[in-house]
Amino acid sequence: MAEILARITLPESAKRGEIVPVRVIVRHPMERAVDAPGLRPVPRKILHTLRVTYAGAEVFRMAMSPGIAANPYVEFTTIAVETGDLVFEWEEDGGAVYRREARLVVT
Amino acid sequence: MRPLPRRTMLAMPVALAATRAGAQSAPEESFEAAERAILAGRTPIAGGIEIDMPPLSENGNSVDLSIRVESPMTTEDHIADIHILSERNPFPRVARFTLSPRAGRAEVATRIRLATTQTILVLAETSKGQVYRAGREVIVILGACVEGG
Repeated sequence: MAEILARITLPESAKRGEIVPVRVIVRHPMERAVDAPGLRPVPRKILHTLRVTYAGAEVFRMAMSPGIAANPYVEFTTIAVETGDLVFEWEEDGGAVYRREARLVVT
Repeated sequence: MRPLPRRTMLAMPVALAATRAGAQSAPEESFEAAERAILAGRTPIAGGIEIDMPPLSENGNSVDLSIRVESPMTTEDHIADIHILSERNPFPRVARFTLSPRAGRAEVATRIRLATTQTILVLAETSKGQVYRAGREVIVILGACVEGG
């Protein structure tokens, strides 16, 4: 699987039932299909989907368009249910999938 | 020659962008059509959504936007989808967030591109099929169209 540079911010630990904020930023140009006079045409290449699973279920999904800024940033919340990995999967135009994990310790 | 009305002037970069986009891909969905498709015949409820976005942006390449929707976020009654629609970008559907009761709160934030001064519309669908609707105007000095980034 291809590599991607992502920074995922989670609290180090949380109490069971606590609502935790999740922040994630990933390095990606989110290339729009630019075809303006004087510019070299570039095909569209964006991350179009981010899926987050945690403790056996999908907890968050985001469908992205070229209207999302380069190096897409997103913030959402999830309830701490058990110690485990939050798995982040980005899908890119052309079919590439990038995957990163972040551990949440629940006390 | 009479000067062009301000409204026409403001619409020009978008019209150009639309022409370019149209030349290379399938017919584009309009802002109105996108909203109609999401509503699917339902009448939206005004309010219930808090949108936080700077009223003026120097640069449309990256504009902070955060959204909070009031909801108990229970299995029976939670926000299932939040849509961000842009009135004057080349593509009206900017993003869609899909949540579950395990989110705990219906609260998301991201950074968007804005082609020009316009209204950003947020539609939030509940698990019961209701739709909340709210909009925010944003003034953009330098649009995100061709400047890169």
